[in-house]
Amino acid sequence: MLDDPDLPPVPRAPRPAVIVACPDGPLLVRGDAEIRDDAGELVPRRRATVALCRCGASAIKPWCDGSHKATGFTTR
Amino acid sequence: MYLPTPRGPLSSALVPVLRGPVPGDDDAAPALPVADALAASTDLLEDDDVQLALFCLYELHYRGFEDVDDRWEWEPGLLRARRRLEDAFEAELRERIKVPDAHGLDQAGVAETLFTMAAAETGPGLARYVGKKASEGQLKELLVQRSLYQLKEADPHTWAVPRLAGGPKAALVEIQADEYGGGDPERMHAALFAQTMRGLGLDDAYGRYIEELPAITLASLNAMSLFGLHRRLRGAVAGHLAAFEMTSSLPNRFYGNGFRRHGHGPETTLYFDEHVEADAVHEQIAGRDLAGGLARDEPELVPDILFGAAVCLALDDAVAEHIMSAWQAGRSSLRAG
Repeated sequence: MLDDPDLPPVPRAPRPAVIVACPDGPLLVRGDAEIRDDAGELVPRRRATVALCRCGASAIKPWCDGSHKATGFTTR
Repeated sequence: MYLPTPRGPLSSALVPVLRGPVPGDDDAAPALPVADALAASTDLLEDDDVQLALFCLYELHYRGFEDVDDRWEWEPGLLRARRRLEDAFEAELRERIKVPDAHGLDQAGVAETLFTMAAAETGPGLARYVGKKASEGQLKELLVQRSLYQLKEADPHTWAVPRLAGGPKAALVEIQADEYGGGDPERMHAALFAQTMRGLGLDDAYGRYIEELPAITLASLNAMSLFGLHRRLRGAVAGHLAAFEMTSSLPNRFYGNGFRRHGHGPETTLYFDEHVEADAVHEQIAGRDLAGGLARDEPELVPDILFGAAVCLALDDAVAEHIMSAWQAGRSSLRAG
């Protein structure tokens, strides 16, 4: 059956990383990208698509928490 | 859940009908005083009887009721009654809620307009109050107010998935997959909300507190079902979800702080903390790829996209206003259950 532990794992097709720079907002990251902190440690990624802080005001860096809307951050 | 206690002539007629057998082809349609209830209503959004009846009719499409035959879901007489209530409800929303001019908006313009609408919605300061001042009892009350929706969080918008195609569909599924825990039932937002309820000693059974919920809370949930269940209103679903996500991250930080202030631990505040992070992602996807993408693919839907967003903001605001005015007067915002 499909859940037979003796079956070899099916290799997952790689999904290239795509980064969208949202106007006045974060960097949206999809696909296979490792996010590391300044010590080189892998930052655990809890969701398939993540938003990286770009305004510097987030309280949960490296992730975005929407603070750019409160600080009036603009990319234009 | 079981059928709720009626709150007026319409729900008093509907509840016993739903408890009974489903009519056959040759039987008469159930008699429901819909026209009378609508004619007697002075404010449809605050009308307990009408909003409860509409909630019950919609609930047949979600989890149903333990004491109702599931076949009532597609009973034509009930659908006819529901349509009349929905027509009046939608007309009321369109008449009362101001929507920005949609003329000439492209994909980016729609996203920008939605962010502007969400930012302009300052509300009565419920989130800040919860963060800084709310009592433990008020925190419980807030959870009770939200429980009917949050224990099925994301479900009303999911109805739109098969009504969309291409980019907007992928965007909606991307958001909803995250809402449903990305394959982990314990990370499902509804499950995290249940965990928060248990953390405050509340019962997390779906629909457990319906008797205590005021009409305006039911109306905000009914609006989502109205948009979700009609393909015609798929633009409104997209706009509603975008506005919902755009007004979530920052308030959830305040909510989390309110619960931490009372000594509640990370398992109880996880729901809020998760939303701070998740909805900062979702608002971008919902604004640009879902609502914006839909505007690009089906430009004729732009007015409804903005309508859905405006309804979300206005009804959330009305619920917050209801809660805050009760608390400021030293009362509970809940009905005596």
